[in-house]
Amino acid sequence: MRAGVIRRAIHDTVPVMTGYVVLGMGFGILLSTKGYGAMWALFTGLAIYSGTMQFVCVDMFTAGTGLLSCAGTALMVSARHIFYGVSMSERWKDIHGLRKAYMIYALTDETYSLVCESDDEDYCFWVSLLDQSYWVAGGVTGSLLGEILPFDSRGIDFALTALFVSICVEQWMNSENHYLAMTGLAASVLCLAVFGADGFLIPAMIAITVTLFILRGKIDV
Amino acid sequence: MFDVHAGYIVMISGAVTVMLRVLPFAAFGKRRPDFVLYLGRVLPPAVMMMLAVYCLRGVNILAGSHGIPEAVACVMVVALHVWKRNTLLSITAGTVAYMFMIQAVFV
Repeated sequence: MRAGVIRRAIHDTVPVMTGYVVLGMGFGILLSTKGYGAMWALFTGLAIYSGTMQFVCVDMFTAGTGLLSCAGTALMVSARHIFYGVSMSERWKDIHGLRKAYMIYALTDETYSLVCESDDEDYCFWVSLLDQSYWVAGGVTGSLLGEILPFDSRGIDFALTALFVSICVEQWMNSENHYLAMTGLAASVLCLAVFGADGFLIPAMIAITVTLFILRGKIDV
Repeated sequence: MFDVHAGYIVMISGAVTVMLRVLPFAAFGKRRPDFVLYLGRVLPPAVMMMLAVYCLRGVNILAGSHGIPEAVACVMVVALHVWKRNTLLSITAGTVAYMFMIQAVFV
């Protein structure tokens, strides 16, 4: 039974593996071009394990960002993880112990998109573990290659944008109506225009949450 | 030589990120209010759009390359994904196209 679950987890995580390896390698290469080696890819992949946050961290390394400002940035960039915990706290209410602790720690955007459909504890655990292995392996490989190859990596961080855009398209094609996606898009673009690039994420989250509560019960979402 | 500042940046970013993942599980022990269940259901599609916008926040359409490489690459990702629905293909093609544009076309 265990082997069947692992096989299913490997099968289902192939799309995440491809995304994570490309992104992870992009991250590793970026790290090494800034002078940070494979140990940093491993360290960030274990201590943070969030693609977006790790990319932002490389900026903060070189910009000499203060620690308080770093905490504030991390709060804004990672705040969306609250949303994943909010929905999984119900589904995982009967799971306990170290395994659950690991699954909560490893709950990234992509892992969430797979485990939110499943009630199988073993399956959720293996998906979480496999996803993090892909990510860390990609990061370490990228940083090793980046040190060896003279490679122009400018623009490789677009892989992150491409990943989210493809997830948006996937969700758009899988849903009957598009109120939720349109709410996210409209609120984000509006807040970006009003608050600017550095401060729009928290206002956008508030705007999305408020709009979703206004829509609650009024439309079929 | 170990970069102490970078070490602190990683540990603080990691602590905050993990804390945000743990928070909902810790906050609503056994009983989860209705609004939490509702948000858990409706947030993901909206949040994904927010993340896509977040990635493109630095684009300036009035200067530099006017956001043309980003726009072309995004259209490519969307079109490819609608056509083939292959995440690897969409991400790789879009990223390679973007890298080519900013390194060889819009220099």
